[in-house]
Amino acid sequence: MNTNIKLRIADVYKGYGDKVILDNIDLKVQSGEFCTMVGPSGCGKSTLLKLIVGQEVADDGEIHIDGNAVSFPNPERGIVFQKYSLFPHMTVLENVLIGMKFKSGKWWNPWHKNQADVDEAMSYLKKVRLTEAKDKYPHELSGGMQQRAAIAQALIMKPPVLLMDEPFGALDPDTREELQLFILELWEKENLTIFFVTHDLEEACFLGSRLLVLSQYYIDDRGEKTATRGGKIVADYPLPKVANPTTVKTNNTFKEFISKVREEGFNPSSRQHVSEFNLKHADKFQTLTQSESSI
Amino acid sequence: MMKKPLFFGIHAAPPRYFKVFLSILPFIILIIAYFIASDMRHTENPSDKILPTISKIADGINQIAFTENRRTGQYILWSDTYSSLTRLLAGMVLAIITALFIGLNMGAFPGITALGRPLLIFVSMVPPLAILPILLITFGIGEMGKIALIFLGTFPFITRDVSMAAASIPKEQITKALTLGASQTAVVYKIILPQVLPRLVSSIRLSLGAGWLFLIASEAIASTDGLGYRIFLVRRYLSMDIIIPYVLWITLLGFVLDFLLKTINQKCFRWNTSN
Repeated sequence: MNTNIKLRIADVYKGYGDKVILDNIDLKVQSGEFCTMVGPSGCGKSTLLKLIVGQEVADDGEIHIDGNAVSFPNPERGIVFQKYSLFPHMTVLENVLIGMKFKSGKWWNPWHKNQADVDEAMSYLKKVRLTEAKDKYPHELSGGMQQRAAIAQALIMKPPVLLMDEPFGALDPDTREELQLFILELWEKENLTIFFVTHDLEEACFLGSRLLVLSQYYIDDRGEKTATRGGKIVADYPLPKVANPTTVKTNNTFKEFISKVREEGFNPSSRQHVSEFNLKHADKFQTLTQSESSI
Repeated sequence: MMKKPLFFGIHAAPPRYFKVFLSILPFIILIIAYFIASDMRHTENPSDKILPTISKIADGINQIAFTENRRTGQYILWSDTYSSLTRLLAGMVLAIITALFIGLNMGAFPGITALGRPLLIFVSMVPPLAILPILLITFGIGEMGKIALIFLGTFPFITRDVSMAAASIPKEQITKALTLGASQTAVVYKIILPQVLPRLVSSIRLSLGAGWLFLIASEAIASTDGLGYRIFLVRRYLSMDIIIPYVLWITLLGFVLDFLLKTINQKCFRWNTSN
């Protein structure tokens, strides 16, 4: 089972000052997985993503990608943020091309042009349906187009893992649905490994082939002060590994599933014990300390 | 039907022609006021020098700009302009290069910020005119002293502005560049530097006023030519017919420089949304 593990997180803690944000996180993600992570606000999902990308350093624990311990941000993982993903002073084509320029070491030379790279960039722009907009600057694009360009910009470097931090959070519902279908299509075609963080439960259930719920609402055996706990993975579900049409969102089973997950992760007044979490996925991975669970 | 007022109140929407008229109006009033005052003084005393008439000013302009100086063989307005602009540009260009380099690195590297910020704040608090004697003693009364004053007077502000602009670039962009394989040098010079340039140009525009101030001050105190030198020289003879054209000329030069920088910002940084 361990052969294809892309991302492995073991016993990770992170806090700011006295506040614990991430509390003993364990996670294994297989290659080719579309892993979505949801959680109530303040559960630490963005913090976890910052740890994986290397922008922040964990207080304790290990994070490995392809068996290597993570370092500061580097091409081992690509990332798409909710905003600020594109460089505003470059055109769309330049934005997609910049990764190749960094790789060739010729980024400082404005006249350097590698036709093969340009062709490759154009083929990625075609994939994200932006060939027409190649000479536009990011501020001239709509929000959805900007995010598609940002996806192309990250994908062209073929990162082992693509991290996405609420990439569709700032879009209107129609564009959002369009981009959801778009990323699913890309995932199926290109066999990507995606780690997708969102606060939208419906989006997470619709997109993912694996659903993770990160939440600070749980109980354990460490004493009474449950209110000050940091986020933990409280649910881990396998979802069907085929891209669904959007009609599934109105399906009753889908709705029931969402309300079940909402109860498990988003309701402060219904907390599960750490030993009773709904970890249904085949790659589930949880190591509890003695004090967390005496069972 | 509701109608927006022409001029009064916060709902006012002056049409285009009216805006042009409004913008010219204060100038016309000032000029008319000058004529009236000048005329009143001349009816009292025909040899008044304080508010010269237009014909006297025209004579003055002719004398400084289009007549060869008998002693030096130069047209003094042009030679003064040349000396002054050379000093101003030398000082400002040195300040801009230094400020860009230090500000960029301070904005990008926290270690350099910690090292340089307190010193920079200290230096920017020193009133440049107060250390003019030190500069004149150190560099002598030649060109170096004046250039040094302009440099010291403008570079702390530009440096702080550039470093703030560099530091305000979203962390996400830096992370993104690094995940795309950028080296730290590439992040600083390919991602941060180009985005700081429009702010640099705005900062230069704001600093030009200070640059002129220090130029004229240093020329007034220790110089043998230059626009500031000339104004303070002819002051002894109450030659308002020369001082007034010089002041207007300096204003015009400042306006042209500012306009050039503004145009650079609009044409060169098309990506910049604040344009």
